Amino acid sequence: MSNGYFENYIPILLLAGVVTLLAVGMLLLSYLLGPRRPSKEKLAAYECGVMPTGDARQRFSVKFYLVAMVFILFDVEVIFLYPWAVIFHELRMLGFIQMILFIGLVLPGFVYLWRQGIFDWSETDTSEWPDTPPVTLPGVSLVVPNVVQEATPFSGGSQ
Amino acid sequence: MLNEYFSSVDLLVLKPAILLTLFAIGVLLTDLMLEPEQKYLNAVMALAGVGFAAYSLGPWPLGLQHQMGMAGADALEAFRGAVIVDSFGIYFMWLFLIAAALSILISIRYLEIEGEHRGEYYAIMLLATVGMMILAIGMDLITLFMGLELMVISIYILTGYLRRDRRSNEAALKYLLLGAFSSGILLYGMSLLYGLSGSTDLRIIASSISQRPAGDPLVLIAVITICGGLFFKIGAVPFHQWLPDAYEGAPHCVTAFMSVGPKAAAFALLIRMFLVPLASVRDVWLPLVIGVAIATMTIGNLAAITQSNVKRMLGYSAISHAGYMLLGIVSGNENGLKGIMIYLMVYAFMNLGAMAVIVAMRRKDIIGDEIDDFAGLVYKSPTAAVLMLIFLLSLAGIPPTAGFIGKYFIFLSLIETGHYGLAVVAVLYVAVSLYYYFQIVTSMFTREATDNVVPALSPGIRLALGVSLAMTLFIGLYPNPIIEVAGNTVASILR
Repeated sequence: MSNGYFENYIPILLLAGVVTLLAVGMLLLSYLLGPRRPSKEKLAAYECGVMPTGDARQRFSVKFYLVAMVFILFDVEVIFLYPWAVIFHELRMLGFIQMILFIGLVLPGFVYLWRQGIFDWSETDTSEWPDTPPVTLPGVSLVVPNVVQEATPFSGGSQ
Repeated sequence: MLNEYFSSVDLLVLKPAILLTLFAIGVLLTDLMLEPEQKYLNAVMALAGVGFAAYSLGPWPLGLQHQMGMAGADALEAFRGAVIVDSFGIYFMWLFLIAAALSILISIRYLEIEGEHRGEYYAIMLLATVGMMILAIGMDLITLFMGLELMVISIYILTGYLRRDRRSNEAALKYLLLGAFSSGILLYGMSLLYGLSGSTDLRIIASSISQRPAGDPLVLIAVITICGGLFFKIGAVPFHQWLPDAYEGAPHCVTAFMSVGPKAAAFALLIRMFLVPLASVRDVWLPLVIGVAIATMTIGNLAAITQSNVKRMLGYSAISHAGYMLLGIVSGNENGLKGIMIYLMVYAFMNLGAMAVIVAMRRKDIIGDEIDDFAGLVYKSPTAAVLMLIFLLSLAGIPPTAGFIGKYFIFLSLIETGHYGLAVVAVLYVAVSLYYYFQIVTSMFTREATDNVVPALSPGIRLALGVSLAMTLFIGLYPNPIIEVAGNTVASILR
């Protein structure tokens, strides 16, 4: 290993050091020098001007997670399509065939999700979880499968 | 030549994997059109996919080369050296296809009982097989890692496939968290290899590693992290904690699949890494592998004694088998590697056979994976009891079953390379393993039956049991063909 190898990193170390000092210093100064007059409004969580209604430690419907995952899938597809469209003429037939193949792989996933009812946001079908009481909160309707509610570690035998 | 980026060899080499992927997507789509009582057609379609993939591999063992009119060639390179199909890769691809086919056969009725019979299951299983194939033929760190992730992510999903079963969910979560962590460690090691050589090609890495000075700390860290990641994937001590939990919690048929396919794939990766990029630093990893092999055999065999759950016991027995196979890496000569190859193939048949019996024990309202559930099995179903006895004898390595052949070559290679102490320890642990395998046998043959519910041998399970039994006995009684094939395979990678 040459001696110059680690020396290349010295500017990065310097930058990291300066940034850390600056951030810590600014926070420390405002902590030491700033006047503190707390009031109820100031201590409340900041929610873009809307009155806070409670903390975020609730159970959310699993649908939100599904939406997030589906979003990632199709987001990647669209991101991939844009640069392809820009140089479409240079890629010619081969690029077209490759993109058709790519969409041909993603599209079955879309059909599958559709038929599984992922895009049916409106109502929650509880028929699949027969013995699950719906957990209702004011204004929010959540359904939590039994598995989550009763999950306790099972003792899996001895070592 | 299609153009300057792809050649027809590229497509040909990946044909089995492409076919499996297409069938996986096909199963997903046709599943949407099937009525609940027609779901077995998904399994038929998945089996057809495995069949087509096997056909595209061509005649054993060097079919692809024959198809290309390159009968004399040892290996086909594709994607500019990122993928290499030699007889080593073909051997493992066959092994994965066999494991997938047998697992699909034993899954059909089990999933019906669980009420989770959907096409996704087979699609994910086929995709896991694709990942394993890429692991067996990859020659490039990125290709290998993609294959590894495709395989393990599929297996995480399958482990948690029973949504309503909390054991299945817990097993999947444990496996996912620990598996992701170990993949990270492995990736760290790979990044060090890339940093040391400036290439992701295993052969270029091999030549630059061999030029490093002895005792280079960076090489040392790379070897240790890569070993850590690989040992996790094969379930070796001290990275074995996930394995009994995952085996116990997963659906029976998934336990069968993951104990054979992914394990063999991880061994394919391990052999490739140790023989190509890390070959020149054998002195560094040899003590590690010896220590891990001894610890793995010890913990695996001793912990299995106290288990009351058969799946968990087979999990610990899988750990100990990984220990035996690591001994083949320790000796590292032709017989040692041949032993690993034969052992993996034999293990596929005998372990899938034993798991098929356990799957048959799963009936409505009976989980059937405790040793007590096997009590008096011989009075209820003599066939199942005798089959289980044969598979357990083979797992223990008693002649004339196939398990003996695998152990024979590994022990032989230890003697050849002068590791007498290791050979003695390994043989002693075989005796220990007999004890816990025979706990099941005594339960089956000497105890009274506690219920009158006969194990249900569905057509799929019958077929899987028949194939497993035939191969376990055939390899045990007439091992020459597989020894010859494994010999050719090893010759192709040792050169």
